[in-house]
Amino acid sequence: MSASRSLRNVPAAFAMAPAALVVLVVYVGCVLWSVWISMTNSRILPNTNFIGLKQYQSLFSNNRWDISVVNLALFGVVFLVTAIALGFLLAILIDQRVRCESLFRSIFLYAYSMSFIVTGLVWHWLLNPTLGVQQLVRNQGFENFKFDWIVDQDRVIYTVVAAAVWHGSGLVMAIALAGLRGIDEDIWKAARIDGIPTWRTYVSIVLPMLKATFATCFVLLSIGVVRLYDLVVALTGGGPGNASEVPAKFVMDHLFERQNIGMATAASTVMLVTVLAVIAPWLYIQRRRSGNGANA
Amino acid sequence: MKLRNLIRPIAAAAMLTVALASHAQQNRAEVMHWWTSGGESAALKVFAEQYAKAGGTWVDTAIAGGPAARAAMISRVTGGKPPTAMQFNTGKQFDELVEGGLVTDMDDVAKAGNWKAVVPGVFMDAVTRNGKVYAVPVNIHGQNWLFFNTAVMQKAGAKVPTNFEELFDALEKIKATGVVPLAFGGAKNWENLLFNTTLVATGGRELYTNVYAKRDENAVKSPAFKKAAENYIALRKYIDAGSPGRPWNDATSMVISGKAGMQFMGDWAKGEFIAAGLTPGKEYGCAVVGQGYMMGGDVFAFAKVKDPAEQAAQKLLAKVLIDPETQIKFNAKKGSIPVRTDVDGSSLDACAQQGMKMVKDANRQVPDVNLVAPPALVGAMTDVISEFWNKPEGLKVDGFIAKFAQTLKSTI
Repeated sequence: MSASRSLRNVPAAFAMAPAALVVLVVYVGCVLWSVWISMTNSRILPNTNFIGLKQYQSLFSNNRWDISVVNLALFGVVFLVTAIALGFLLAILIDQRVRCESLFRSIFLYAYSMSFIVTGLVWHWLLNPTLGVQQLVRNQGFENFKFDWIVDQDRVIYTVVAAAVWHGSGLVMAIALAGLRGIDEDIWKAARIDGIPTWRTYVSIVLPMLKATFATCFVLLSIGVVRLYDLVVALTGGGPGNASEVPAKFVMDHLFERQNIGMATAASTVMLVTVLAVIAPWLYIQRRRSGNGANA
Repeated sequence: MKLRNLIRPIAAAAMLTVALASHAQQNRAEVMHWWTSGGESAALKVFAEQYAKAGGTWVDTAIAGGPAARAAMISRVTGGKPPTAMQFNTGKQFDELVEGGLVTDMDDVAKAGNWKAVVPGVFMDAVTRNGKVYAVPVNIHGQNWLFFNTAVMQKAGAKVPTNFEELFDALEKIKATGVVPLAFGGAKNWENLLFNTTLVATGGRELYTNVYAKRDENAVKSPAFKKAAENYIALRKYIDAGSPGRPWNDATSMVISGKAGMQFMGDWAKGEFIAAGLTPGKEYGCAVVGQGYMMGGDVFAFAKVKDPAEQAAQKLLAKVLIDPETQIKFNAKKGSIPVRTDVDGSSLDACAQQGMKMVKDANRQVPDVNLVAPPALVGAMTDVISEFWNKPEGLKVDGFIAKFAQTLKSTI
């Protein structure tokens, strides 16, 4: 980097300074502060009675926390795979120049315009065994029909996945469709001349070209996974029992309702560390790759 | 053109507001609370009116939802701009504010009003810290009522139960008629309330206080506690498949419409019956199963303020809130009963009068769990109870007892 260039950057750096300061003080500062609070016995007011890692001990022996973490992992994997797969499938179908394309596009994307609270409530009613689908089918004469996942401890988390997929796959479709439309027509023509079947063209040529689109969808949806809270509150309230609890809800409940700031900050610190542990290697790889690219 | 037409009235209104505000700063009290539903805000209006009558100016800051409201209050207090008065549930929610010296005591008002003689002991204890009164109790909410549909009960030939044996008998009879015997809204706090209701009814007041207030492990491992756990889980046979996640008032609607026979719920459920046009003692009835009457309620605490005028407003407000006339008018709207035992409750409904009778008997007074245990402990126990209720075959009764004892000990 030449001296004149770094000199030219001074105004830009100056303009960025307030934002950087805010990020540093507000964001990083608050993170450090909550890590500190998690080592105290704070309940309703933050205090400075240092108790070491006791909150973490009590957190890791907490059954509800274990369930929350497992649920989040399960939800994350199933939701990301299903939503991205379904979204791309929808995009490919729409890409076949179907009639009323914009109508379908709107319908699929419409779900995304709902808030998680509304989504949760609607699905809550749909899935309620005495009110929703089960009752509807039974009223048609199928007395033994059973669909009660939402009150089933082992399956309830999949109802959360279903609602989230319904909500999120439209977004994936929109992004994927934009990606598909960006593919050069010549590639299609070349593939057709070579006699490659359409499905094969998608799988082996087009989809690999959309790597960046995949990454965008993945990142967007992953953020939603970590902060999964309102959907669970509206859909199941974390129940039955603790069966559909998630970490963000654990933190919120302890922060306010249970007046246990120490425990809440301990839980959020664990969440942060986990996210960092996932992101750090990925960032590292990206860095190295772009570094190699520059050298080449 | 249009804009100019608008500006004038707005300016005039603004000037008027300023004039009014500066004129009416007399005993200005900003009150933070979470009473936002129809019945609640109607009840709160009684407070505001009575306070205005006593020469005060009520400034209302309502925030929907208890946890959200409490979070806002605490940030106001710690941020140095506290409201004049703050609502809390009777119990330990404001303990730390007292410890931190952020709340003014109302000891002189309490002494002058002779609260000790008229307010039930557990409620005086709940507002007293280090020998001083730190909050004004305003109502008593009975937590362990059994509401039942009279027609359903009659058709089944069931008697109003007074203990758990009779309760199971009545539930069996209702079940035989094909109606859902027990309406239940399966949320954690109601699962917790149902357990504590069962614990008080089966094990009695002493066991209950030994468990929650003294955190006594032997009490948890006693045969009476085991019996309570068994009774609790036996209730599952009488609920319907749709109960998990159902709001409590939907469960109440089931009793109202006759789809279900009975429901355990606090006396706030009366509001639903009243809204449906039913009269207590006629189309529906209320009873307490067992001896103990589990009581909770609300209090108002007063933040420490420097301005002497605001301090005077706090004292006036404290006096107004517990004044006999205010108490009757307020509690008639709220569905709760007066926190004073010396007022005439004949204008209240049949259930409330039944409650007032029980409150007068010191042997039947049982504090709600929030009065004796801090929120962190109540929350931790709720998780254990909820796990047991929703998967009884997982923990089994003995596993539940062991886990209950362990959580009781390990919660910070």
